[in-house]
Amino acid sequence: MAKDEHKIIGEVTTTDYKYGFVSDIETDSISKGLNEDIVRLISQKKNEPEWLLQFRLKAYRKWLTMTEPNWAHLKIPAINFQDIIYYAAPKKKKELQSMDEVDPELVDTFNKLGISLEEQKVLSGVAVDAVIDSVSVKTTFSDTLAKKGIIFMSFSEAVQQHPELVKKYLGSVVPIGDNYFAALNSAVFSDGSFCYIPKGVRSPVELSTYFRINAANTGQFERTLIIADEGAYVSYLEGCTAPQRDENQLHAAIVEIIAHKDGEVKYSTVQNWYPGNKEGKGGIFNFVTKRGLCEGNRSKISWTQVETGSAITWKYPSCILKGDNSVGEFYSVAVTNNYQQADTGSKMIHLGKNTKSTIISKGISAGKSHNSYRGLVKVNAKADNARNFSQCDSLLLSDTCGAHTFPYIETSNPTAIVEHEATTSKISDAQLFYCQQRGISPEKSIALIVNGYAKEVLNKLPMEFAVEAQKLLSISLENSVG
Amino acid sequence: MLKIKDLHVSVQGKEIINGLSLEVNKGEVHAIMGPNGTGKSTLASVIAGNESYEVTQGEISYNGKNLLELSIEDRAREGIFLGFQYPVEIPGVSMTNFMRTALDEIREYRGQEPLSAAAFLKYMKEKKALVEMNAKLNNRSVNEGFSGGEKKKNEIFQMAMLEPKLAILDETDSGLDIDALRIVANGVTKLKSPENATIVITHYQRLLDYIVPDFVHVMYDGKIVKTGDKSLALKLEEKGYDWIKEELKAK
Repeated sequence: MAKDEHKIIGEVTTTDYKYGFVSDIETDSISKGLNEDIVRLISQKKNEPEWLLQFRLKAYRKWLTMTEPNWAHLKIPAINFQDIIYYAAPKKKKELQSMDEVDPELVDTFNKLGISLEEQKVLSGVAVDAVIDSVSVKTTFSDTLAKKGIIFMSFSEAVQQHPELVKKYLGSVVPIGDNYFAALNSAVFSDGSFCYIPKGVRSPVELSTYFRINAANTGQFERTLIIADEGAYVSYLEGCTAPQRDENQLHAAIVEIIAHKDGEVKYSTVQNWYPGNKEGKGGIFNFVTKRGLCEGNRSKISWTQVETGSAITWKYPSCILKGDNSVGEFYSVAVTNNYQQADTGSKMIHLGKNTKSTIISKGISAGKSHNSYRGLVKVNAKADNARNFSQCDSLLLSDTCGAHTFPYIETSNPTAIVEHEATTSKISDAQLFYCQQRGISPEKSIALIVNGYAKEVLNKLPMEFAVEAQKLLSISLENSVG
Repeated sequence: MLKIKDLHVSVQGKEIINGLSLEVNKGEVHAIMGPNGTGKSTLASVIAGNESYEVTQGEISYNGKNLLELSIEDRAREGIFLGFQYPVEIPGVSMTNFMRTALDEIREYRGQEPLSAAAFLKYMKEKKALVEMNAKLNNRSVNEGFSGGEKKKNEIFQMAMLEPKLAILDETDSGLDIDALRIVANGVTKLKSPENATIVITHYQRLLDYIVPDFVHVMYDGKIVKTGDKSLALKLEEKGYDWIKEELKAK
């Protein structure tokens, strides 16, 4: 495993500038608003097969009959869905000539995160020459994976190259009418990732780790589909610790995961979308539907998320534990500062026998933010000996923020054991005084205490990301000493 | 090194220290004794900069600087160390990480390069040996799940790591069995040098069998009412504090 990883890194860093930097990509966009013609146009632009067009149309018609959910503990301003451009691809950021033109605040954050100068340039859209070229990275990477039979490509490519797989699994975990935002995504999704790990194959690398560069330009309506066939394993990484200044305000993504017999998928997210300014202006609305299906016996799906960005987060990565002895896990750190709002948690649906789930949620609230945990543990009548452990901790950094916990437990089987623990604490003056008395600044003291608090979850992240995630927590909480 | 002049301190409007003066020089060990509630721990907290206490009058200078103008962390970086009576727990933060962060910050303040990881671990090992700390300390969270004795030993260990110029030990001996007391006291003695000073706040004479003070002060009602040498501590052990109260009344 390490060998392959080294090989890729080695090739990437020694590869010469091969393909050039194409800057004359046409800006291909359609008019504002949403109707059936727009849906057809999107499908046509992407050269999609008829069945996928029908999938989109069905979702669109369903969406028309639905209303926005209002049960979350969130204040969501009215969204004008007719004021959004639903197709604009491939979008290109304005190219800058040097790092001097980049927002100094952004550069400051890059430096604090320890992101290399070359990568900074790519992330902030500065013209790059003779540096790591994302196209060549991708090619090298794909070659290594292809040898193992792993399919890892953009969703659009997968539709063209592996239509049978896409058709089989798309919408199988998150049906088109699952919820308002899922229906919207199913109708207009732009692109995303597709990943298939064949029987018995362990992916030799963390997928998408080396795609940070590409990930900087992800779309507004992302669609991700990951399949681990029997006995397969993959660790998949979404997102980026670098700050992302996307101008699209609404993000409605869907992630579907299927794990077959003995298959395992570990999905890690670091979400750092623009949270809005200190007065609560601007920022991304992040409405995501993430769900995994433990289809086969002894399959396992594990979600780890570090959520520090977005003005509003609405997100419940869930597991349907269908196979006997299957395992679902959810580890979350959600940080809210200033006027951010987060309503996030997980659903664990136990259907198979001896199924096991774990939920560890660590909420950190500062400023005037609101941070809610919302979770459902459901044990079906046939799920003998199901076991769940949930722990929801909230840490408050100010007197003006709010932490809320909404745990739901539904069990229809007397053999189920469901445990729920919850704590709420404040960073104490005594802890801060203790750290400061040892010479540590108040800002660093808070970072130290918060990272200690979130350690259980951060430890679940792949190593290199864990380090950046720690720094990210500190940065998100700057100036939050209450 | 430390000069306190006519110090008055209040908490929520209640005066706890009223008119305390004290001078501590390099190389000296001072013991502060006295009954409960006379302001000993308050004095320690005020020197360290705890913001729950309000200095209403008087001044404190430290190596020529106005101490009251310095932040808590800058006082620490200038070499003031407080050994806490009740060390707080910080879950999830390993002792290694905690000490590394502290040492880096202090070194940066003093214009020194940070220690390399290897040099730091070696340094930590040496200091652990000095205070007879067990080897498992590194990965344990700060004070979490420590016994009372371990917490106090951990304070002395941190003191050894940070090499303060002025160490204030606030009832470090309370709650210690005789072996732990000996280890703590030996640590303090080993760290003593002609360049640094120590203030030991204690209820009991027995700690002073190990840490021999140059001066013993008795605090009563928010001020120092009597100062002597080690024999004063012995007299207090024998006779209690009543005779001092009576002396005060007679005045």
